[in-house]
Amino acid sequence: KRGRGTAARGRGPGRGERALLTGLCPQAPELSREEKLQLRKEKKQQKKKKRSEKGPAAEPAEPGPPSDPGQPRGEEPPSTPPGSPRPAGGKSKAELRAERRAKQEAERAQKQAKKAELGQAAAAAKPRLTPTEPQSVVKRLPEHVQVDDPAAQRKLAKKLERQQVPLRQDYGTKVNLFSHLHQYSRKKPLTQQMSIPSTVIHPAVVRLGLQYSQGIINGSNARCIALLEVFKQLIRDYSTPPNEELSRDLVAKLKPHISFLNQCRPLSASMGNAIKFLKKEISCLPDTEWPWLTKTPSLEVIYLREKILLAAEAISRSAFEKINDNDVILVYGCSSLVNRTLCDAHAKKGRAFRVIVVDSRPRLEGRETLRRLVRKGIHCTYVMINAISYVLPEVSKVLLGAHALLANGSVMSRVGTSQIALVSKAYNVPVLVCCETYKFCERVQTDSFVSNELDDPDDLIVLRKGQAQLGGWAENKSLRLLNLVYDVTPPDLVDLVITDLGMIPCTSVPVVLRVKSVDQ
Amino acid sequence: PEDTFRAQLRDDPDVASAVAAIRALLGFLKQDRGETIQGLRSSLLAAIDTLSRVDSSVAVSSGGELFLRFISLTSLEYSDYSKCKEIMIERGEIFLRKVSLSRNKIAKLCHPFIRDGARILTHAYSRVVLRVLEAAVESKKRFSVYVTESQPDQAGQKMAKALRKLNIPVTVILDAAVGYIMEKVDLVLVGAEGVVESGGIINKIGTNQIAVCAKAQNKPFYVVAESFKFVRLFPLNQQDVPDKFKYKADTLKTSQNLTEEHPWIDYTSPSLITLLFTDLGVLTPSAVSDELIKLYL
Repeated sequence: KRGRGTAARGRGPGRGERALLTGLCPQAPELSREEKLQLRKEKKQQKKKKRSEKGPAAEPAEPGPPSDPGQPRGEEPPSTPPGSPRPAGGKSKAELRAERRAKQEAERAQKQAKKAELGQAAAAAKPRLTPTEPQSVVKRLPEHVQVDDPAAQRKLAKKLERQQVPLRQDYGTKVNLFSHLHQYSRKKPLTQQMSIPSTVIHPAVVRLGLQYSQGIINGSNARCIALLEVFKQLIRDYSTPPNEELSRDLVAKLKPHISFLNQCRPLSASMGNAIKFLKKEISCLPDTEWPWLTKTPSLEVIYLREKILLAAEAISRSAFEKINDNDVILVYGCSSLVNRTLCDAHAKKGRAFRVIVVDSRPRLEGRETLRRLVRKGIHCTYVMINAISYVLPEVSKVLLGAHALLANGSVMSRVGTSQIALVSKAYNVPVLVCCETYKFCERVQTDSFVSNELDDPDDLIVLRKGQAQLGGWAENKSLRLLNLVYDVTPPDLVDLVITDLGMIPCTSVPVVLRVKSVDQ
Repeated sequence: PEDTFRAQLRDDPDVASAVAAIRALLGFLKQDRGETIQGLRSSLLAAIDTLSRVDSSVAVSSGGELFLRFISLTSLEYSDYSKCKEIMIERGEIFLRKVSLSRNKIAKLCHPFIRDGARILTHAYSRVVLRVLEAAVESKKRFSVYVTESQPDQAGQKMAKALRKLNIPVTVILDAAVGYIMEKVDLVLVGAEGVVESGGIINKIGTNQIAVCAKAQNKPFYVVAESFKFVRLFPLNQQDVPDKFKYKADTLKTSQNLTEEHPWIDYTSPSLITLLFTDLGVLTPSAVSDELIKLYL
């Protein structure tokens, strides 16, 4: 049933082959692969027409994202070499060629006429766009920072409906400055709105989503690793339905799961990068690779091993050079990387150092760090974040983990990190950040407001002597509770970033991103 | 190799110690009788080690490491070992040639920044700075120079003598007078013994003070350094600079307690430096790390 390369009987090339097959079986109940491609192409063209009708297009001139290699473009261009299709019986090659060329010209003339009447603005915008903006792709704001924009929310609701993923409702009044972010309640998990077992979402993904939203799996690395494990299972349980391309269909099947996880808890930068990598690899797979996927160690395992586990080993080794004898190291919250570094350094028995663990409400993650370090026999002190100016004079260096490193060198990490960096700078204590390169993202952020996460505000309610302070906050109209998850530390407060590529200053993050994109 | 190195240093006092080291390494490479590439590498590393024991400056170790990287960076996939060695020697010659020309390149880049009537402050004895000022004189600029005396070896006097030979009006000042003179100068120009990954520099002791004073009075602080001085260190503070660079090689060998010795170098952080002039171009301190990534990765 391969439409490519067969005879084009008197119709225009490109479209002709598929049109031929539709001509053969116009009432086919199941669309063949080529027809599906044809439909897709038509839909895209319609969309393009609609957009250019609306006004001067700021849209990309290319129909369809150029990063979609799954689409067999080779057979599409309107000027296929006329020599390739074999002649049908009867007519000679030359005659067929002439016919095809005539059809081509006719179609081209049609297209030009259409373009001309669709407004000069669209055509003019294209040449204007290309010389001044080599990247004419418009970066749209992700919907999770547009909660107060009703149009964006409606679009999201429609998309979720299409994917059969439930929409999670926001909870409680939000602080005005953060009204563009979602605020969910832990007491109302998303699964209450779904029928179990769900037909669309794989059960492992449902479990993962629940674990994320209830806070059972916490921490950038842990979430990414759990995600990769679940995807491995997903792919193993997947089978290509007939008449579908593996690469396209698998990616399409993954989309509702990703939306579901996003609804449970907004994706972290590490998860985002992992998903991007996976999608790219999958869409590059030809069909014959299907048995390969299930038998050999899959992509996720390779990604996991290289970028997360081996990177942690490399970082721990580099960081060991920076830990001197009789050092007092300050750590904040719970970072798996920092904990591993300190435990490894202690195990190597060359350096005697002690650790000050700083903790903050409401998550109290420092307790977990304390537990892990004390179990290894490291001398620890535990303080709350309000006491840092008291302990900093005796600290020799500060070791922090990161959730993501942004393209301008800013560090996005647990809320409270930028405070520690600021006070350390005032006391002239060097601040070191440990971060694997897979957490580097192309985004640029200068403040902590634009893109953040709001946690359940009920976490701030404290139970003291049987009385819940702030328990009735919802009734009080002028009281809002804010439970931020992340904050952004500017690059001039950070002295050194330790990555698996070596020790770099904060300002070299875009160089690493450039080097990485060249590699891939 | 140590003898050739010492001989080179004695014959040509104008050559940088790192260049002499590279010449010595090249000679060593030519004489080497090993049969394998791995063996060659390890003997070269040992040679670099012995050289740094003679002269423990940062430039020698960084120059040696870069030399090794440069010659082994090509595809050495020839089955004939002697052919590989030939290629390595050839690349070594190219490296040496590039390195010897670097000072002139830097002088060409830097002298336009010295305006007519400028008053320049410099520190201790730096041959690169001398070359830059020479180029400025050749382009018919008039300027005056203040040099710090730079204890404990009074290297500033040597610099002053060299400058007087070029007919530049020069004043020697005490190290302690830098804060006093800073309001009179227009720019500060120093050399470097090593440029670290953060974009900071390692230079003769006293440089950090000058940088801090310059920053406080908003005077530009320029550094001139050849690219072979780029080194893969990342010191967080003064203490973090390894001991083998802080003290002279002889002191390291003979002294009992290093804390009683006075260090010869200090570390200036990148936030105090305005621009670095290198043979790779005029760089800001944050661009140094980019160049290092390109050089070393």
